[in-house]
Amino acid sequence: MSTTEGPTLIPDDAAAQAMADREAKGKPRKGWFPGLGEKWNALPRQTQWLFLIIVVVIAYLLPILNPPFITTEPGNNWQIALAQMSVYALVAVGLNVVVGYAGLLDLGYVAFFAVGSYTAAMFTSPDSPYLHIPYLWTLPLAMAITMFFGVLLGVPTLRLRGDYLAIVTLGFGEIVRILATIIPAMKGQVGFQNVGHPPGTDAEGQPIFLNSNGTPWYWLTLTIIIVVLLAAGNLERSRVGRAWIAIREDEDAAEIMGVPTFKYKVWAFAIGASVGGLSGALFAGQVGFVNNQKFDIATSILFLAAVVMGGTGNKVGAVLGGSLVAYIPLRFTAIAEFKYLIFGAALVLIMIFRPGGILPARQSLLAYGRTAYNKLREATGKKPAPGQLAPNTGKGAGDE
Amino acid sequence: MSEAIEPEIDIDALKEQGVDLDVAEKVAPEREISVEVGDALVQVQNLTIKFGGLTALDNVSFDINRGEILGLIGPNGAGKTTCFNAMTGVYKPTSGKVLLEGKPLNGLAQHKITRRGLARTFQNIRLFGEMTALENVVVGLDARHKTSVGGALFRLPTHTREEKTAVERGMALLEFVGIADHAHFLSRHLPYGYQRRLEIARALATDPKVLCLDEPAAGFNPAEKEELMALIRTIRNDGYTVLLIEHDMKLVMGVTDRIVVLEFGKKIADAVPKVIRDDPKVISAYLGEPEDDVA
Repeated sequence: MSTTEGPTLIPDDAAAQAMADREAKGKPRKGWFPGLGEKWNALPRQTQWLFLIIVVVIAYLLPILNPPFITTEPGNNWQIALAQMSVYALVAVGLNVVVGYAGLLDLGYVAFFAVGSYTAAMFTSPDSPYLHIPYLWTLPLAMAITMFFGVLLGVPTLRLRGDYLAIVTLGFGEIVRILATIIPAMKGQVGFQNVGHPPGTDAEGQPIFLNSNGTPWYWLTLTIIIVVLLAAGNLERSRVGRAWIAIREDEDAAEIMGVPTFKYKVWAFAIGASVGGLSGALFAGQVGFVNNQKFDIATSILFLAAVVMGGTGNKVGAVLGGSLVAYIPLRFTAIAEFKYLIFGAALVLIMIFRPGGILPARQSLLAYGRTAYNKLREATGKKPAPGQLAPNTGKGAGDE
Repeated sequence: MSEAIEPEIDIDALKEQGVDLDVAEKVAPEREISVEVGDALVQVQNLTIKFGGLTALDNVSFDINRGEILGLIGPNGAGKTTCFNAMTGVYKPTSGKVLLEGKPLNGLAQHKITRRGLARTFQNIRLFGEMTALENVVVGLDARHKTSVGGALFRLPTHTREEKTAVERGMALLEFVGIADHAHFLSRHLPYGYQRRLEIARALATDPKVLCLDEPAAGFNPAEKEELMALIRTIRNDGYTVLLIEHDMKLVMGVTDRIVVLEFGKKIADAVPKVIRDDPKVISAYLGEPEDDVA
């Protein structure tokens, strides 16, 4: 519950008015395009799908279109920039499960990203003396291994809350980075070269997936993002999503309402970790080189900034935030070295003016909520949309 | 709704109260309870809780019989909420036992106690603010659901069935407590009285064998208290067993079947309201000892 605006004491007409006012007051924060969220929710499902398909098609065409002004050229290759942006977007989606849904502040998320990268590198790079497997197999393998690490970290630490958990995860991030430095098998700064890539050659016999060509990597990652988003959506509108949000809102109350909080916190950690590992493996493949220099704390903070900027708890916001965090230094190369300063300032501004992030749209937590709310709308003659409704002045709280 | 539990709903009483019988039937308990109506459903046995040197509860024993509204009263600091917390697993008792249907609850995780059938509300409202009223209730309903990550990820039939029934039963519960027209509001935007009712609906959603209400009327005016007491009676008539913590004596007298009185962590009385009203120990607990008055 908010500490600034207490609930009204007595449900009468004045209270109904006050409630409507509060709803209305909350509104300007909900979007830079006022009313867009409501309009979107009011659209029939088919129309929503149509819009989404158009957006997806445009996203797939981006490397070919190379739109002026938006493009990062001539400073950086646009296709490779897109591939990196998509990896960051995927990371943000994964971290959003942990931070956005379950409300667990994870400052060491880069550790999972690192584990995923090293998995891909050590099982495919010729520099590695171990077993070699095809690159595509390292994706599920990276997910499984990072998931294991997620559980390993989660089981002992998830009894902690808030700041304490943040500090432990921060430590975990450092442990993984330092292990990569001191364990000889992980080759420290020398690292692994020529990390594998998916199979396939074009007409001229050249491999399709080259480190110098971002387009196929971008398409691969984009496809994976779409699958992960659909999966996250399924989880959101289920018992699992509700359990996570309940834990975020009030962990004790959730436990007493029958939510096995510990189990679902570990699940959030495991799922978030596996997506982090997946994106790490993709990153390793795209860049083709993995060493210990890329997995520092600052990267962790950058991932977190992506989630917070995009809109904590909103998966689409996370995609946007992740892409932006990767895009800005690539597009504006002149200011790239000040990126942390800029992101810091941007975060402060966002926290002040848009505490919900760029896209704070609230997710629906019921698979069949739409039907229920629509029925309610018919029954009462009002126009409610879940979470964002028109102020219903006058009628309401008073009449029982 | 199976035939087996029908007789437990007091249809005549519900009709008298003017409750929508369809809604009442949908909301009625769905689980088999191994204890007959009138027998002890919950047994609190020699419950003692110490915080360091402070004895918050001292050897307290009482039963909650199936189908009754039991009042747990006492002056501020008497240990009512502590007793509640010990029953629902928030505190570990120093000694003593709590039995539900004859089986001990000690040492179980809190969410497991809830699933066994002991649901509660909070003295200070603790709803999930960023969820709508309906979603709050569905979290309660989830206590009886089986779906986990796998089922949700692949939308298995169990998940679909549970989601569909959850929306239906959730709306019925909101209707039952009288806030169905606000199902789509974020719970933190609801007025205070509605939040209290939503807490009751959320606790009922876990399909409890015993519903424990911790000062549900705190902050209400007399008219609202009257309405709430009617609701509690309706809940009982619908087949639930209720434990009610309250320190407004008048209120408790009106609604409960039996009252347990605590003072300084000790049970000082356990009787029907009429007897409690005239019990000198209870009167002195509430009004103070005569010598205290002088001093």
